[in-house]
Amino acid sequence: MSQTPIDEAGNRAPVSQRSMAISRPASPDAIGGTVSVTINGQEVKVPLGTTILAAAQQIGVRIPTLCHHPDLCVAGVCRVCVVEVEGQRNLQAACAFPVTSPIKVQTHTQKVRQARRHVIDLLLSEHYGECYACGRNNNCELQSLAKENGVDFFRFGHPDKPKYEIDRSSYSVIRDNNKCVLCRRCVRTCIDLQEVGTIEVAGRSDKSYITTFLDKPLGDVVCINCGQCINRCPTGALRANDPTDEVWAAIDDPTKHVVIQTAPSPRAAIGECFGLPAGTPLTFELNTALRMCGFDRIFDTNFSADLTIIEEGTELILRLYKALVGKEPGIALPQFTSCSPGWVKYLEHFYPEYIPNLSSAKSPQQMFGAVIKTYYAEKEGIDPKDIVTVALMPCSAKKFECNRPEMDDSGFKDVDYGLTTRELAKMISEAGLELPKLPKSGFDTPFGTATGSGVIFGATGGVMEAALRTVIELVTGLKVENLFEHADIIPVRGFDGVKYVELPITQVGPVPDILKHLVPNWDWLKGATLKVAVAHGTANAKRVMEDIKAGGKFSECHFIEFMGCPGGCIGGGGQPIPTSPEIRLARAKAIYAEDASYEVRKSHENPDVLKIYNEFLTDGPCGHKSHKLLHTHYTPRGKYIE
Amino acid sequence: MLMTDRERLAGEIQALAEKHGKGRTALIPMVQEIKRKYQKIDSFAMQVIADQLGIHPVEVYSVVSFYAFLGSEAHGKYIIRLCRTISCDMQGKEGVMRQLENDLGITFGKTTVDGKFSLEWANCMGMCDQGPAMLVNEKLYTRVTPEKIHEILEECRRSFGVHATEQKEVHLV
Amino acid sequence: MSPLPTFSTMAPEAGLKKALSLSRPDIIEEVKNSGLKGRGGAGFPTGMKWNFAAAARAEEKFIICNADEGEPGTFKDRVILQEHADLVFEGMTIAGKAVGATQGILFLRGEYTYLRPHLEAVLAKRREQKFLGKQILGSDLEFDIRIFMGAGAYICGEETALIEALEGFRGEPRNRPPFPVNTGFLGRPSVVNNVETLASAACILQKGADWWKAMGTEKSSGFKIFSISGDCQKPGVYEFPMGITVAQLLKEVAGEGAKAVQVGGASGQCIPASQFERTIAFEDIPTGGSIIVFGQQRDMLDVLHNFLDFFVDESCGQCTPCRRGNVKLLEGVELLKEGQCSMAYLKELCALGETMQIASKCGLGQSSPSAFLSVVHNFRAEIMGRTPSHV
Repeated sequence: MSQTPIDEAGNRAPVSQRSMAISRPASPDAIGGTVSVTINGQEVKVPLGTTILAAAQQIGVRIPTLCHHPDLCVAGVCRVCVVEVEGQRNLQAACAFPVTSPIKVQTHTQKVRQARRHVIDLLLSEHYGECYACGRNNNCELQSLAKENGVDFFRFGHPDKPKYEIDRSSYSVIRDNNKCVLCRRCVRTCIDLQEVGTIEVAGRSDKSYITTFLDKPLGDVVCINCGQCINRCPTGALRANDPTDEVWAAIDDPTKHVVIQTAPSPRAAIGECFGLPAGTPLTFELNTALRMCGFDRIFDTNFSADLTIIEEGTELILRLYKALVGKEPGIALPQFTSCSPGWVKYLEHFYPEYIPNLSSAKSPQQMFGAVIKTYYAEKEGIDPKDIVTVALMPCSAKKFECNRPEMDDSGFKDVDYGLTTRELAKMISEAGLELPKLPKSGFDTPFGTATGSGVIFGATGGVMEAALRTVIELVTGLKVENLFEHADIIPVRGFDGVKYVELPITQVGPVPDILKHLVPNWDWLKGATLKVAVAHGTANAKRVMEDIKAGGKFSECHFIEFMGCPGGCIGGGGQPIPTSPEIRLARAKAIYAEDASYEVRKSHENPDVLKIYNEFLTDGPCGHKSHKLLHTHYTPRGKYIE
Repeated sequence: MLMTDRERLAGEIQALAEKHGKGRTALIPMVQEIKRKYQKIDSFAMQVIADQLGIHPVEVYSVVSFYAFLGSEAHGKYIIRLCRTISCDMQGKEGVMRQLENDLGITFGKTTVDGKFSLEWANCMGMCDQGPAMLVNEKLYTRVTPEKIHEILEECRRSFGVHATEQKEVHLV
Repeated sequence: MSPLPTFSTMAPEAGLKKALSLSRPDIIEEVKNSGLKGRGGAGFPTGMKWNFAAAARAEEKFIICNADEGEPGTFKDRVILQEHADLVFEGMTIAGKAVGATQGILFLRGEYTYLRPHLEAVLAKRREQKFLGKQILGSDLEFDIRIFMGAGAYICGEETALIEALEGFRGEPRNRPPFPVNTGFLGRPSVVNNVETLASAACILQKGADWWKAMGTEKSSGFKIFSISGDCQKPGVYEFPMGITVAQLLKEVAGEGAKAVQVGGASGQCIPASQFERTIAFEDIPTGGSIIVFGQQRDMLDVLHNFLDFFVDESCGQCTPCRRGNVKLLEGVELLKEGQCSMAYLKELCALGETMQIASKCGLGQSSPSAFLSVVHNFRAEIMGRTPSHV
């Protein structure tokens, strides 16, 4: 799997925050090969331009950092990572100092230790709050720094009262500037990594603070709720809006039937909250834990992911049919995926004119909610008003999504609560359950069968791969395995910011039963070339959208998968903290391994999905009933802030 | 703001963007011109500027809030900046400050209700040998004494016409 | 008499004409030989700076004149710009030729907006006279200068912060390396020189490196323009050779009997009377030209309070030692004024000051504790054990 550092994708960071000369050349020889760095007496050879920090990592010397983050460009502002460079009067920030000539570095001299300690003491002098009353207790970088560097009293004082009001205006993200230590990782995340531009630093000097446009509540400005800022906040200054108390209350209420759906990405990551290495899937241990917590039913979001593929795939076929055969004007192509609520809101704000391109199919979370409060309620004979639907998601934007006013097609709020991976881990801990040690157990019926296609939704390219597996088989009548070994569609996998794939359709088969009411035959697709693309992270999405606006190659695509978060859902804003390219890679590997372990790996072969079309959505995919329950509409929000 | 006002302002900003070249380097000169003309850079202006330069409104706000001569708050027609740094301090800026506050009925950091005057502190303005120094918009006053304040303010007031004489009732601060 | 005798006696454009007759390396060699060091305060050798920028390969390079004179007690650049703007622009043009730049930018601090009409007029006249523009004085040299107004931030005197402001960002200093001579304005090699440095360079081209070296000391060649204010009879702008003692200087401005002299502005050192025989030069007490005289009646804690207020307000706020450190030093001064500072805490604050000097990201934080440290060191008897003011 290739890894393209996100900061090399374009020139989008403000100059002050760009990595400047530190960016590594593609080939070290291009600018003169390697250079020797001697760190604490030990010599290491590194490519020219490597930072002292990276060089030290190579020989097992960990220099403490705070404002540095592997996903973000260099800042060099916290000064925690200062080291002594021989011949330099001042200490240098190891994270920001590119080695361009042989140097000797000392990482823990008296000067360095004193300076580091002072810096941490100063940070604590502006950090309000007590660790034991903080959601990031034991998962806080400032706390770790204080501990590692022997802070045993507040040398320069400690705030005794809050300075800022907590901003709780957003459904997804809560900002508490009192805990902020101005490392600006959130700013670099929002402006540079995601290019959404919600938060920046305002003011100057000790009066500077992180804020929104004109200090407006987060809920009133352009924010896509992706929560990437939360993932990169070293302290508790940014956190997700946590509904666990409400979820516990529903569980405690005997009149409520509490149903939870679990998405694949949290299952691949929740182990990290229990000390396991990234990429340890705990899908079935989690089922046991959820039962022990008191949830009445546990379903697999993969079911509705498969449903999404059928609905979205059918929608695509219909669009293509209308455009190519019917020659209908105004058919919006390429079709965009709509399962990432961060991406959907991004489009609503920045490219509202492209809303017709968004698939009207709801996300798996919302489809499931609607199905549970209708089909399932009917089948089980439960009054839907007594059902509480909870969704375990890797995502903070899902909290906003389930609160969209239009998401009530079941006659009720389709999904009551969105829980993040972190929040569920907290509930499990609160219940005293040691998740990794629990026995495995399966999902409940009637949505217990999943396919590998649903699982891979979690990684960038996954929705596209799932869709292609189904479309290829439905259209050509061939097995995907004939075209791609083990049905692994490798070209759409991997962490490249944007992927583009062309698939020529050389032969067509008979129209399968499920689509017979929509198209008479596939002849019109014979000889065509299906063009698809995949983009993850809104910065990459922006590149693709600008290309489409300019009439570039992506405007010729038929279908494009967009994910709001870098890496897709496995890198979602609700996932365990920390995150890094390595961690996301490990989670993605876990997801692809799970896919490979499934017997059924294609959405259209999911028996539960076929059953719901037989029993409930009887007028088929994109039929009247599915339109009412499984499809939605969007709001052109624009970016003007009142 | 009336729609027509908005359209006019948007047009002006667009013209400024053309003049200064549509890149980010145009940001500060554009903001300076708007501030000079309107004594403020409001939400609408910031968003139009951001749009013209292809950046986010919060970035405009971030930059504007960094510089002492910009800022998103509305200022009066005359911004009086009194130097508070060491040499002016030693030469008696305290008395000048009191007189300004007394004569305008506002404290430093504030704007008179009629929107005519704002009082702001300035850090060293490079007139250390002739302090206390004071800027009224771009006009420089040196060796300012408390008794000179009245005449300086009157000079400004005269620009508003005959009716704009000294306020008789001022709140003591 | 002009306060700037040497600048006043320069033949108009003689330096530029000389430069046009020299090769680029020869110009740089001349400046290098003179030993001219940056007049803004940091004292980086000007010839070396030009040489780095000349050696950098790029399609476009910039000469930026730093007229963001904001150091408390400094006003000599204002006077130079008022009286000898031509000399400054001449210096910029020479630098343009030396490094191969065609564009010059004068970064003028917002407080000096009233100078702009005059400076624009000087530039217009220079274009008319073919001292600027294409084919300067009939040669193949192309160079022009535009003015960029600062918007009120002391930190923009720091060269990378200044470049950030030019680019439309908050004036927050960059990480160095890379240095502006390689990666400056818009990522292009940029020379950022102080107003006086550029004017001095023009003089050096006219009169030669040896003329310059004959003045001053071995390590601090030439003369320097000083801005003198505070408790003296004759404050103003003065030209003195480098290496002048504090005592000599006080005599010139009729400030004898001073209790202390602040050399180098708020970010400089506070020199007590016992050390007035020390010299003002890069090898002893460096300065960008700010001299503030304190008479016997001055309370050194009031002085420190004023300085630290300044730094607390003007710190850009991005790096921890400067953002928080200056606040803690200021609070320390308040404690001292109230007679509530233990010796242990005072020592801790001094250690913090030393941390700020070596761990801050830029020159502001690195120099802002100097005054605090020198006052605590030199005036301990005066600042300890105060009686609280409210008693």
